[in-house]
Amino acid sequence: MDLAATLLDGVLLGGLYALFAAGLSLIFGVMRLVNIAHGDLILLSAFVALTVTAYFRIHPLFSLLLVVPLMALLGYALQRAVFNRTLGEDILPPLLVSFGLSVFLQNALLQIFRADSQRLHAGPLETWHIDLPFGITMGALPFLMFIVAVLVIGGLQLLLYRTALGRALRAVSDDGEIAQVMGINNAHLYGVAMAISLAVVSVAGVFLGIRANFDPSIGPTRLIFAFEAIIIGGLGDLWGTLAGGVILGVAQALGGRINPGYQILAGHLVFLAILTVRPQGFFPRTR
Amino acid sequence: MIERIQVERSSRASRFFAVVGLFLLGLLIAAPFFGNRSILYLLVEIFVYIALASLWNLLAGYTGLVSIGQQAFVGLGGYSLFALTIFTGMSPLLAVLVAGVIAALFAIPTGFVVFRFKGAYFAIGSWVVAEVYRLTFAQVSTLGGGSGTSLPVEIVRQIANSRAERDSVIYWAGLAIMVGVLTVIYLILRSRWGLALTAIRDSEAAAESVGVDNYRTKFLIYFLAAGATGSIGALISLQKLRISPDAAFSVNDWTAFVIFIVVIGGIGRIEGPFIGTILFFILREFFADLGSWYLMFLGLFAIVMMLIMPKGIAGWLAERFDLQIFPLGRRIILPKDKQIAFSQFKTPETSEKRSTTKVNDD
Amino acid sequence: MPSKLLETRGLIAFYGDFQALFGIDFQIETGETIAVIGSNGAGKSTFLKSLVGLVRSKAETISFDGQAIWGKPAYRIIAEGISLVPEGRRLFPSLTVEENLSIGAYSRRKGPWNLDAVYTIFPVLKEKRTLPGTALSGGQQQMVALGRALMANPKLLLCDEISLGLAPIVVREIYQQLERITANETTVILVEQDIKQAMAVADRVYCFREGRVALEGRPSDLGREQITKAYFGV
Repeated sequence: MDLAATLLDGVLLGGLYALFAAGLSLIFGVMRLVNIAHGDLILLSAFVALTVTAYFRIHPLFSLLLVVPLMALLGYALQRAVFNRTLGEDILPPLLVSFGLSVFLQNALLQIFRADSQRLHAGPLETWHIDLPFGITMGALPFLMFIVAVLVIGGLQLLLYRTALGRALRAVSDDGEIAQVMGINNAHLYGVAMAISLAVVSVAGVFLGIRANFDPSIGPTRLIFAFEAIIIGGLGDLWGTLAGGVILGVAQALGGRINPGYQILAGHLVFLAILTVRPQGFFPRTR
Repeated sequence: MIERIQVERSSRASRFFAVVGLFLLGLLIAAPFFGNRSILYLLVEIFVYIALASLWNLLAGYTGLVSIGQQAFVGLGGYSLFALTIFTGMSPLLAVLVAGVIAALFAIPTGFVVFRFKGAYFAIGSWVVAEVYRLTFAQVSTLGGGSGTSLPVEIVRQIANSRAERDSVIYWAGLAIMVGVLTVIYLILRSRWGLALTAIRDSEAAAESVGVDNYRTKFLIYFLAAGATGSIGALISLQKLRISPDAAFSVNDWTAFVIFIVVIGGIGRIEGPFIGTILFFILREFFADLGSWYLMFLGLFAIVMMLIMPKGIAGWLAERFDLQIFPLGRRIILPKDKQIAFSQFKTPETSEKRSTTKVNDD
Repeated sequence: MPSKLLETRGLIAFYGDFQALFGIDFQIETGETIAVIGSNGAGKSTFLKSLVGLVRSKAETISFDGQAIWGKPAYRIIAEGISLVPEGRRLFPSLTVEENLSIGAYSRRKGPWNLDAVYTIFPVLKEKRTLPGTALSGGQQQMVALGRALMANPKLLLCDEISLGLAPIVVREIYQQLERITANETTVILVEQDIKQAMAVADRVYCFREGRVALEGRPSDLGREQITKAYFGV
């Protein structure tokens, strides 16, 4: 059943989009920061993974052991050195700084790696498949990607709701002033939030690189997908973001089925339609 | 007996600059008579960026609408021009104006959608919409689809007979559009409407409480900006004689560079776009052949500017030297004895030694 | 021998360009309870916020337990042992009652206060501990706010208008618990609109007016007329 296969593709792709979105959602929740460079940071992770896999000759999934901590460290440094100075009432400084960062990153990657299409090779994993009833085959890799997305989001939820750190993050996002009065060092905690965000981003980047060809210019579109997943799912809830990612993935898959050129456009149109009809998304968390 | 208090709208500095500006304008009008082709082309580019930057400044710096999607209207204007001239045989210059109207009309449903977002999400939302337009026009094969199309020769000839005349006509059109856009922006900001915008920018809640209709005011500005941007987009495509979705809807050319110009020049100040554009073109002259290094540098420059000089060069000048080229504020000039009484209100932090007090300045 | 726990000399504070405090000289000894009274806008809350590092301030000295704390960021001051029950409670809406209490212990200072101790003095909180903080009544929220501040095991407890918006009977109950707390060697500064209640529990009183200290002394030494004059400035 061709349609079922398309739907399945879309659902599994949704996992990747949810991974794109989770990091963005976290830092928006904690510090109301929308990082325009988010997509380019996903690409940066993919390129770092490329370098690591080439240098150490390891499988891309193993490269995560190095890429995740590296990106987390970068996130912490970036937040404390740059973004912390922009936080405040005005939305312009963080927006414009992250925009500048986006342009900088894209061109830095272009300068180092050129505009050639790259790919992370996952070996035999790329061809494994699982046979499902009704004659549908499911690729092992997309399935793995989806499972990882679920695990990551589950992990983030656990972190936020069952740990002291998560409690502190939620407190800081509720009321930064009083959080300080609890003894919380806001600057440090924002850094930690960004570190977690980039850790998730790096996982997304590696999977992106395995799944499809990538080059330095595709960052902004990933940001848009992440954004769409968040809005469709509803602000404030990570599981909602997963659902949003799935809906976006399915919309794109169906659009792509009609005509490959319609794939991304279909996603945008569904996003706009949902936004017009139900602007709060499907699973908003009311504060 | 009540003393006369004077309210002064322009300072000596701004009056000086007004005279200089008029002189400059005269020179610019006369330019086609002694400038060569490439200078005229460059000047039109400069006019385009000054106008686009001023409009973006109006949206973001004054109305609080940070849009990363204005390229939607640049593209819409360009494609409208092509469609109007090719399919209806309209004269190209008229089509530039009508293209603006069409872009403004498109701003209505567009605005309806993006205004559902606030703040930073509005920014990304506007970008998504621009992408939708880009991808949609890439599917329209009658206008060249993904690879675009050139303006047919017959239509090019309609602009003017000789190439030199064409360059002049397009040049004057560009100059006229820039002057028109700047004049309208200046008038808006100097009027009561401008006060409403500053109020909205400073505090939406407070603005509403004094009777400003936030939504309508913002929507109106968005609508007008879209129309102006559309005409500019039409002119751009007319000058290039070619259109393609990626060029017409380019986020880099029509938004990234514009944002840099405004940020570095000074957001929320009329002088900002001028200073920013001049700096931008100087940088371009010297560094553009460095390709990605140039863009990396621009990105870094924007970051550093926002961190250490968030009000841009114009803002820094205004604060440091109290220099204002375009007077928007109203200065109260107190009669002599009142000045002494006022000094009792000085707080230790302010070191104001001036005898005039500024009200409603940017 | 009682020692000076906190002392400020010439404390001035600003909100942006607006000066709220014009040189406050203040001292409190370990174990004392001091009430700070004054009308709205007198600078009482600003004073507490300056002590804790939330408001930009300048002073000849601000010393706490022998340490100069002027200019230190809020989280360091909390770690030193000053805790604030903020005006309006300011519980964290995303956190449950128990989570609100637990986050009070973020600075991990050692001392007698923990969840059990707080639930002992405010048993109703134990029943409601899984509810979001904001689902409680005003009086119960005040208990949470107080408990949260205590969880930091402070040497100095600052209470900002804890009677605000609460019914008199609730206020009395909270002040009863406060007495039990202060019997415990905790030093307290109480900012209060309810003068009667404040004077009843305080060892000394400061009266602020327009950002300055207008009056200071023991409740027993201060006459009604004196206080009215200082309070209103007539």
